[in-house]
Amino acid sequence: MEEVTQELESKEYFINMGPQHPSTHGVLRLVLSLDGEIIKKVEPHLGYIHRSIEKMCEHDSYQQIVHLTDRMDYLSCHINNEAVCLAVEQALQLEVPDRVKVIRTIIDELTRLSSHQLWWGVMGMDLGAITTFLYGFRDREIITDIFEETCGARLTMNYNIPGGLFFDIHPNFQKRTKDFITYFRKKLPEYDTLLTNNVIFMQRMKGIGKLSKEDAISYGVTGPTGRASGFSCDVRKQHPYMAYDKVNFKEVLGTEGDCLARYKCRIAEMWESMSIIEQLIDNIPEGPVKVPTKAVIKLPKGEWYQKVETARGEFGVYIISEGQRSPYRLKFRSPGFSNLSALDHMARGCKIADLVAIMSTLDLVIPDIDR
Amino acid sequence: MHNEGIQKFILDRVPEAECVEGTQFLQVTIPSEKILPLASELKSNEATSFDFLFCLTGVDWPAHMEVVYHLKSTQHQHQLVLKAKINSRENPEVATVCHIWRTAELHEREAYELFGIKFLNHPDLRRLLLPDDWEGWPMRKDYDDPINMIAY
Amino acid sequence: MNWLYDFSYLTGGIHNSLSEHFEPSTVTLIEMILAGVAFMILFAILGLVLVYAERKVSAFFQQRLGPMRVGKWGTAQTLADVIKLLMKEPLMNKNADSFLFNLAPYIIMIAAFMAMAALPFAKGLHALDFDIGILYVSAVSSLGVIGILLAGWSSDNKYSLIGAMRSGAQIISYELSVGLSLLTIVVLTGSLQFSTIIESQANGWWIFKGHISAVIAFIIFLIASTAETNRGPFDLAEAESELTAGFHTEYSGLKFAFFFLAEFANMFIVSAIGATVFLGGWMPFHIGGWVGFNNIMDYIPPIFWFFGKVSFIIFLMMWFRWTFPRLRIDQLLTLEWKYLLPVNLMNILIMAFLALMGWHF
Repeated sequence: MEEVTQELESKEYFINMGPQHPSTHGVLRLVLSLDGEIIKKVEPHLGYIHRSIEKMCEHDSYQQIVHLTDRMDYLSCHINNEAVCLAVEQALQLEVPDRVKVIRTIIDELTRLSSHQLWWGVMGMDLGAITTFLYGFRDREIITDIFEETCGARLTMNYNIPGGLFFDIHPNFQKRTKDFITYFRKKLPEYDTLLTNNVIFMQRMKGIGKLSKEDAISYGVTGPTGRASGFSCDVRKQHPYMAYDKVNFKEVLGTEGDCLARYKCRIAEMWESMSIIEQLIDNIPEGPVKVPTKAVIKLPKGEWYQKVETARGEFGVYIISEGQRSPYRLKFRSPGFSNLSALDHMARGCKIADLVAIMSTLDLVIPDIDR
Repeated sequence: MHNEGIQKFILDRVPEAECVEGTQFLQVTIPSEKILPLASELKSNEATSFDFLFCLTGVDWPAHMEVVYHLKSTQHQHQLVLKAKINSRENPEVATVCHIWRTAELHEREAYELFGIKFLNHPDLRRLLLPDDWEGWPMRKDYDDPINMIAY
Repeated sequence: MNWLYDFSYLTGGIHNSLSEHFEPSTVTLIEMILAGVAFMILFAILGLVLVYAERKVSAFFQQRLGPMRVGKWGTAQTLADVIKLLMKEPLMNKNADSFLFNLAPYIIMIAAFMAMAALPFAKGLHALDFDIGILYVSAVSSLGVIGILLAGWSSDNKYSLIGAMRSGAQIISYELSVGLSLLTIVVLTGSLQFSTIIESQANGWWIFKGHISAVIAFIIFLIASTAETNRGPFDLAEAESELTAGFHTEYSGLKFAFFFLAEFANMFIVSAIGATVFLGGWMPFHIGGWVGFNNIMDYIPPIFWFFGKVSFIIFLMMWFRWTFPRLRIDQLLTLEWKYLLPVNLMNILIMAFLALMGWHF
């Protein structure tokens, strides 16, 4: 008799969510402790695509390091490239031409838009509305087409080099970008009609996965995820780089810190990104697109930290140089890694379906976490 | 608070701290034993209130190990690079800060597995990115893996 | 062409010609076999057509073309899929309960077949016409949940188990709403027999004749039957973004095809019940007293009316699936127990009152 009661009382069980799971968006493995459907604990097991990029960087030249960053957060690859380039430029005290600054900023924002579009589509799919996925991709396609025309690649662009850009923009770039903005200004409200005002969607998102401002800061949660909790962490505002100090835009801040706030924050950011692009696209100054650098870049002895705002949050590059052609130590502070650390805190007591919603609003990109 | 103020604040508490005014941030190197009291003081004191640890990593120097904390105050917007110098390379140990800044939990696990730095009192110090049976600390300069690593 | 309007010409003809040659018991046996073969062919065709329709409908909702390569407009795509599924290796987990694991898909299929037997397809085209038709169909169609539970239980996979448990909770809850919403109309007809229900709609469908109550009952029926067939937004048992594929995660090849087919067959069955009870089944659109109009409507054969109405309801269900996000399990149960069930009970009371006072048309 006693044995039976004991067996009945041991309620918790484990589930491996991932590494092969449709809504972990890659090879993230979460070990869930469950009581029925209620989550007791989420433990991330990482490293399924760990490539030790930091170790590779210790042997690579700075030009090579730039393209390794493409392979981390592939959805905001241009912004990642920029972080390394800015760090190197800062160390070499290179002042890049204004044209470079503006073009980089425009492409940054286009990257952010395309990343958010993909996030929106995938998030809808995670919640079971598969149609959104196709809508998101439909609009993202136009941006990747612009990228393809500009630099030949659609996803891992590798367009930045230390000292500027690989080559000048395509003559069509301005026109196509403007066309896209006009088009997307009409299409973005469609996103709201399809998902935002849906009753089921609101029920699934509201009050789920709350993260207070203090917790967001303590967990180092940045980007739209952190801003939805009211944590003002926009690097573009606080440590402006490139042309961000010349444009007007709002830092979108939420208060609730739940899934809905994160969702709304990202949608609002898309509007802001469009406004930034509109401000810059007609004012690209003439001039060269790169400052000549030496073929072998050697940074002086010292250390530099450069942060940029990717679509997921604060991306940092920490370079320690000993005066060689490769860094002595290079650390990438990836936003996904820190954002993931708050997942357990947010998901406790939720259901499996809520965990999926929380994960999709965190917008994790696994190569960014594993590096 | 300006860099001078922070420098003074730290020197008052840890006299042996070495402060370097870097190109960007104030860099303060302190002995690893002093990290825990100083870190909690930096977080809790109203004047500094470094509440945002945005980067934590290890560095393997020829003679010593280092844990680098990049700190920022969301209230005062000042930043600081705190470096804990660990003299022993064979058995590096430093107190954990993961109850001060929660984000440190995963970052410390990463530093542990890549550099072999033991974070004392860490709640769950296991390998994070690499397989559990991995031997050695890959990011150390003397790590050698002739099969998987191509040195050039 | 008379048989197209009244299938009893056709079925009666077959019966008479068989009776000339065989004993009555042999005739019954042959007729049963014929009916069985006919249902199997219908089942196969339904699978092919509905899978194709679902793909095309979802494609147009998603602003794409859908299958276009195999055959004209991709019409042979489902056929290609069938061949693919047939050729796949049937896999099973090492620790799975092999007997139950193999049994589960058949139970689901059998439940679907049994339900289909009582459906009136057209005038005179009706395998079984009981006096308890509705009761029988709703009882039999919920047998499928046993198959789902078995599948989840025996697969040796926690995702499957969660999916099966969700499905159990869901189908048992929504069964109530389906039954009660059908009862609302039964109050008016006073009969559970399908043929009587259809005859009673000769001068107007119940959804028009039964005032607002019938409309409410129809909406509830739509929601509940979508849930009962485990289709989106109620596809929690599969929930591919949460449970990979829920109860059929471990199934492959033909056994997976059975689950897949059963889902579409169930969709057809509930649509057929809905069409029969609320939209007049094979009865053409009639308005009481408009003889000329009714005659024109009668030109369209009943079987087209039936399949037209069924496809309309199926389209509605596909529309739901491709536009709504999925509900969470507790929200699903809240919807049923806190909203649909009370509304339903009230609705029956109102309908009973209407019927008592004779206020319906």
